[in-house]
Amino acid sequence: MKVLVAIKRVIDYNVKIRVKSDHSDVDLTNVKMAMNPFCEIAVEEAVRLKEKGVATEVVVVTIGPKAAQEQLRTALALGADRAIHVETDLRVESLGAARALAKIVEEQQPGLVILGKQAIDTDNNQTGQMLAALTGLPQGTFASEVAVEDGRLRVTREIDGGLETLELTLPAIVTTDLRLNEPRYAKLPDIMKAKKKPLEVRTPADLGVELASRIKLLKVEPPAERQAGIKVGSVDELIDKLKNEAKVIS
Amino acid sequence: MIRDQETMQILLDSIRSFVNEALIPREEEVAETDEIPEDIVSQMRDMGLFGLTIPEEFGGLGVTMEEEVNIAFELGRTSPAFRSFIGTNNGIGSIGILLDGTEEQKATYLPKLASGEILSSFCLTEPDSGSDAASLRTTAVRDGDHYLINGTKRYITNAPHAGIFTVMARTDPEIKGAKGISAFIVEATTPGITIGKCDKKMGQKGAHTADVIFDNVRVPSSALIGENEGVGFKTAMKVLDKGRLHIAAIAVGAAERVLEDSLRYAMERKQFGRPISDFQLIQAMLADSKAEIYAARCMVLDAARRRDDGLSVSTEASCAKMFATEMCSRVADRGVQIHGGAGYVSDYAVERFYRDVRLFRLYEGTTQIQQVIISRNMIREAQQ
Ligand SMILES: Cc1cc2nc3c(=O)[nH]c(=O)nc-3n(C[C@H](O)[C@H](O)[C@H](O)COP(=O)(O)OP(=O)(O)OC[C@H]3O[C@@H](n4cnc5c(N)ncnc54)[C@H](O)[C@@H]3O)c2cc1C
Ligand SMILES: Cc1cc2nc3c(=O)[nH]c(=O)nc-3n(C[C@H](O)[C@H](O)[C@H](O)COP(=O)(O)OP(=O)(O)OC[C@H]3O[C@@H](n4cnc5c(N)ncnc54)[C@H](O)[C@@H]3O)c2cc1C
Repeated sequence: MKVLVAIKRVIDYNVKIRVKSDHSDVDLTNVKMAMNPFCEIAVEEAVRLKEKGVATEVVVVTIGPKAAQEQLRTALALGADRAIHVETDLRVESLGAARALAKIVEEQQPGLVILGKQAIDTDNNQTGQMLAALTGLPQGTFASEVAVEDGRLRVTREIDGGLETLELTLPAIVTTDLRLNEPRYAKLPDIMKAKKKPLEVRTPADLGVELASRIKLLKVEPPAERQAGIKVGSVDELIDKLKNEAKVIS
Repeated sequence: MIRDQETMQILLDSIRSFVNEALIPREEEVAETDEIPEDIVSQMRDMGLFGLTIPEEFGGLGVTMEEEVNIAFELGRTSPAFRSFIGTNNGIGSIGILLDGTEEQKATYLPKLASGEILSSFCLTEPDSGSDAASLRTTAVRDGDHYLINGTKRYITNAPHAGIFTVMARTDPEIKGAKGISAFIVEATTPGITIGKCDKKMGQKGAHTADVIFDNVRVPSSALIGENEGVGFKTAMKVLDKGRLHIAAIAVGAAERVLEDSLRYAMERKQFGRPISDFQLIQAMLADSKAEIYAARCMVLDAARRRDDGLSVSTEASCAKMFATEMCSRVADRGVQIHGGAGYVSDYAVERFYRDVRLFRLYEGTTQIQQVIISRNMIREAQQ
């Protein structure tokens, strides 16, 4: 079975995000970029499926600028077999990404598609669901466990009330939650070898998709600074403060 | 020389994440237990950290000097004990075999060193021979197609864990000094070897050194590195020459870590109603440290690039080792100062780093020995 994994280049999660002084966008100059952490989990899961003999090939795909090839190479170092780069300098929205991915799915015919449940840049949590709608494939989002049994996919999902288990027919779409697995560190020799693995560059035009933005970004504001909290000595003091200072209970 | 910028960036990012997420959170545990946890060792093996400098044909990464120092900048940002554990296989424990070993010696040992299956140690120093290494007394007397090794080696890093030792010993007692010395690969299981108790060190808990005592240790003549007598001292000096740039880079990394910690502390700690980073006297310490680290980093990179270009860097490597390690101690001292009383108690990493980095100025040639090398080279060049 071929597994397709979609990954995204985002601001490194350790970086403190700054807004440009004209509030037009987040400031990306000289900012460290990395693979979206949920996508790392997706790559890890695909590689584990390959190690278990369930997957035969792992293909990673990203839609983004030339520099995003660094994240594809990272995925190749982690164990993916080949990469597809849909190159664009446009700001890619969930629907645009889903449309491009739908074309790739059509071409590659994977048995399983794994995506992160969201990317930590804009936290939209949409691409996987939209891809499922566009391809008409079943979806298991927020996965904390994935198993292929008798040609069917069992996905344990993290939902508000606890855990839910779904059984999906393949091919299917899975989006990863944090507890699905703990991604490994790439083996250094594999990082060196990643350069030799195939990486195919495509354009939105040759896929026949339009990525131009339909959403206009008007203004970006950092969240309001919060006052430092205090430690209270006792439950009584807490109740007193909630009643008399915060006035949230009576 | 960096062979491929993009690949190197991924490699450095990967090592940085490993240092930040896997190693830094375990520093205190290592300091308390005086042990590198087994799960960390196996992660380091899986990643291939033992074989950075060993060529690809023997299962390593075969990094260039410039690549190596960039990696060392990253590894230097955590407790030197972690680095020390992988350090001998990447450095003094393997380079002798790599530079001067026979093809058979390389094929036998380098793959095991690259994978971390075995550790290695470098046995030069003795109780009565430190800086004056050429005066060493350990003997290797030829006995048919074997040698009998006798002597005591001191402060040998990773000796309690080593599978093989590179041992410098005198094969010709008639020749005093360097030319009577040969280098051997001695397997740790050879009868007659005793490892002393671990030394109680000032810092770098988790990294172990001990005496290695050779009592009539019989090794085959194939254990002689390069199967050549009398060139062992040259081998040892070549090993140390390369090691100096590595240590200098580690010192830069450690200084960067201490400065990061100190800056964060200075911005959080309030006195006189303001963060202490508002005070110019604190700012001066931060700025001096920053500039010195930058200088050392540039020196290390320059020397590494020259070495990759095939130039002799004896002077530059000694300059870099001397400046970077002395600088690191100054930065650590300022780090403690910026932390105030908190810098003297072990709740903050700076107290530990202050002790850990002290070693850099002593081993692989003390600062004074670097000065001797630099000035001797200068005078020799001026005489020509
Ligand atoms: C933790 C640790 C790990 C080590 N690991 C290893 C290892 O793995 N393998 C190994 O072989 N060795 C190892 N060493 C030994 C180390 O390399 C020596 O300690 C170092 O070379 C200094 O030698 P010494 O201790 O005998 O000091 P000495 O040589 O006795 O020096 C004492 C002082 O005299 C100064 N001095 C000496 N000669 C001169 C001179 N000509 N001019 C001016 N000043 C001079 C020195 O700079 C120093 O200040 C290790 C040491 C330590 C502490
Ligand atoms: C082992 C030990 C024993 C001690 N014993 C005692 C004791 O018995 N009794 C007791 O009362 N205290 C004791 N102390 C506390 C000691 O006196 C304080 O640690 C010391 O006064 C520094 O204060 P601090 O640690 O809060 O550092 P801070 O005041 O936070 O200083 C941090 C850094 O900021 C600098 N700084 C602060 N203000 C300024 C400024 N205006 N301009 C420029 N730089 C500034 C400092 O010089 C320092 O470098 C002890 C401390 C230790 C470590």
